[in-house]
Amino acid sequence: MLSGNEAIARGAYEAGIQVATGYPGTPSSEILETVSRQYGKAIYAEWSTNEKVAMDAAAGAAYSGRRSMVTTKEVGMNVLADSLMYTVYTGIEAGLIVVTADDPGMFSSQSEQDNRWYARLAKLPLLEPADSQEAKDFVVQGISLSESFDTPVLLRTTMRVSHSKSVVSLGKRAEVPDKVGPFVRNQEKYVCTAMWAKKRHPVVEQRLRELAQYAESSPFNRIEWGERSLGIITSGITYTYAREVFPTASILKLGMSFPLSKRLIHSFAGQVKKVVVIEELDPFLEEQIRAMQIEVVGKDVFPPCDELLPDKIYTIAVNAGFLNEDKGTKPAVPSPTVLPPRSPVLCPGCPHRSTFYLLNKLKVPVAGDIGCYNLGCLPPFNAQHTMGCMGASIGVLHGMAIAGVPERAVATIGDSTFFHSGMPALANMVHNQSRGVVILMDNGTTAMTGHQDNPGTAWSLHGKGVPHIEFKPLLHAMGVEKVVEVNAFDVAEVEAGLKECLEYDGPSVLITKGLCVFISRDPQPSHIVDTDTCVACGECFKLGCPAIVKSDEHNRKTAKAKASIDPILCTGCDICRQVCPTGAIHPPMQTERSKT
Amino acid sequence: MKKIDFLVAGVGGQGTILASDILAEVGMKAGYDAKKSDVLGLAVRGGSVLSHVRWGTKVASPVNRKGRIDYLLGFEPLEALRGAEFLQPQSSALVNMQQVPPVSVSSGEEHYPTRKEIEQVLEAATEKVWFVEATREAVRLGSSKVTNVVMLGAFSTLLEVPVEVWEEVILSRVPPKHVQLNRAAFTAGRELIQGA
Repeated sequence: MLSGNEAIARGAYEAGIQVATGYPGTPSSEILETVSRQYGKAIYAEWSTNEKVAMDAAAGAAYSGRRSMVTTKEVGMNVLADSLMYTVYTGIEAGLIVVTADDPGMFSSQSEQDNRWYARLAKLPLLEPADSQEAKDFVVQGISLSESFDTPVLLRTTMRVSHSKSVVSLGKRAEVPDKVGPFVRNQEKYVCTAMWAKKRHPVVEQRLRELAQYAESSPFNRIEWGERSLGIITSGITYTYAREVFPTASILKLGMSFPLSKRLIHSFAGQVKKVVVIEELDPFLEEQIRAMQIEVVGKDVFPPCDELLPDKIYTIAVNAGFLNEDKGTKPAVPSPTVLPPRSPVLCPGCPHRSTFYLLNKLKVPVAGDIGCYNLGCLPPFNAQHTMGCMGASIGVLHGMAIAGVPERAVATIGDSTFFHSGMPALANMVHNQSRGVVILMDNGTTAMTGHQDNPGTAWSLHGKGVPHIEFKPLLHAMGVEKVVEVNAFDVAEVEAGLKECLEYDGPSVLITKGLCVFISRDPQPSHIVDTDTCVACGECFKLGCPAIVKSDEHNRKTAKAKASIDPILCTGCDICRQVCPTGAIHPPMQTERSKT
Repeated sequence: MKKIDFLVAGVGGQGTILASDILAEVGMKAGYDAKKSDVLGLAVRGGSVLSHVRWGTKVASPVNRKGRIDYLLGFEPLEALRGAEFLQPQSSALVNMQQVPPVSVSSGEEHYPTRKEIEQVLEAATEKVWFVEATREAVRLGSSKVTNVVMLGAFSTLLEVPVEVWEEVILSRVPPKHVQLNRAAFTAGRELIQGA
């Protein structure tokens, strides 16, 4: 059994792919991790600094004759898109497949965009697997499609395809040459300067017509005939839900959902009484099918927001009158009323904790970014006031400065995000003589997506001992005159550094250095609270640490609960000891000494 | 073969993903088609984790429907309650009673349901509920990390799959140096139900 992402990695192996690049992002990250772990000898794999760099690298490898793959999460596609557009014009020398893992339901994304539109925008074929077997097969067939039509191919999964597991039968790896020949010099094809690109545009249009022709008989699309009263057109994971909810209906399953196989769709629609298009998010298929003068039920009943899970499809179909109610099964209990939420929080031992504790205390406006540190927006910190996309924080901070916001403002950005897209924004601040504090939260990894490497780490997907970029000299070279580096686990040092930067009239960077608790793996003995000394002031609760809990003992005057520390969760990071005003928190040894 | 649908509910770090992987593979080894789907939060510790596992002749959707599952494996009582709406009167539920209070509770803002409230909700959903102390059993054996295998051991008594299939899949998925511990955990889990 393989997950969709593991199956895509296997597909890359079987397809004879030799280069795989990407930037980590849920739900896509496991693809390259699997490629590196399981097929690392056959396939070169790397985490690139961002999705665009990954796309350019894969394009360059495909121009050089290597079958290549790029992986990205839904919103990373926006970063990648600039480079995707030119590869459609140039075509390739060896197969090139772009994998986008979308996130309906927004489990870990800032928007719910439907990346199928990119196929229409860029004019390239789109494949949508429904399970792991198809995920693997579509990579293999996608590479062949790419080479037959001289075009990159877009393979789109969603979280449920990427993160579900199902049975997969495996094949052999295609034979590919060990070495490539000299680089092909074909300027009219590979140089997208206007005079040559103008000649390529008709090629792109002609290719699209040929792809549409191919789609009519392509094995990607199939009809499962059932009762003719209802005909469902669907693609991707939604096919599996539709099959579940309508076991007897006829279904046209589109594995290749752009360009559309119009004759097949007309023929299917002509043989059923009612056509229903079931797709998650946007009416991507529906609008094109309606434009073919076919009457369908679609987004008039199915919402464009959130996942379209079987329960939802069932309820909507029953209410809309094209499915009979199944009286046999009903939930035994309604959803239990109000249960305490289990929201994500910064882990015990997280180096970001000191910074957000202080930002909350200083009450400065904070432009946030993408990473674990976005959790700083939640209570008890409430210390991130904007967050849009990767690298946005520094540009937004600059915008606050040029707008003339009277307070000194701060941006928070992680090490990987800084390399991803923070650097151009910081260069802009220097060049345009902006002011504001950029807090570069260097925890030595790309934490939130599962602890991948980045140019600041001394390891990569290939192994240990790779050269890494030091921030201080980099920032100085970029023209940042005020750079202060502090130990993230030393609260006083962070506070002093922050104040020093806030007073500086210009762009400044505060580097808060402290390894992610998953990377350091160096837990210290857990701290303990001396309940006699604790006055229940609540200061340590402002750290939002899961290890600090309210104890059963109370301050007799205020009736407030005193603190206690869960010895299993505490990593002994010491931040709580430093903020305790009464000295009630100690490492265990010290407490024993003080008692003797 | 008839379909069997499972829901595994727990907290990140409890080993629920591995347990549901094993459950899916056991189904495959027992001759079923199998699919599973995990819903997990960020890579930070301590979020809710919900895994759907489905066995059948041919499984279409990897996601279960409310009021239609056959078995609920609750690794943590609060998370078991979150999954209760998937139960139907004929379902069975196996719940580990070890609480993992979320920060909303440990910070004093929210109230963790009492044992009585937990029992009431689940017993209203189905008569077949087993409450076990799987974590306590795992700690007794030497590590809370084998809670998941204790749970699988207990659960294996409710299904008609040969014990050898369970053991083969479980032992193939754990590090060699922990084979003895996991074997003991599986046996201890079975005794939690059979000895009751």
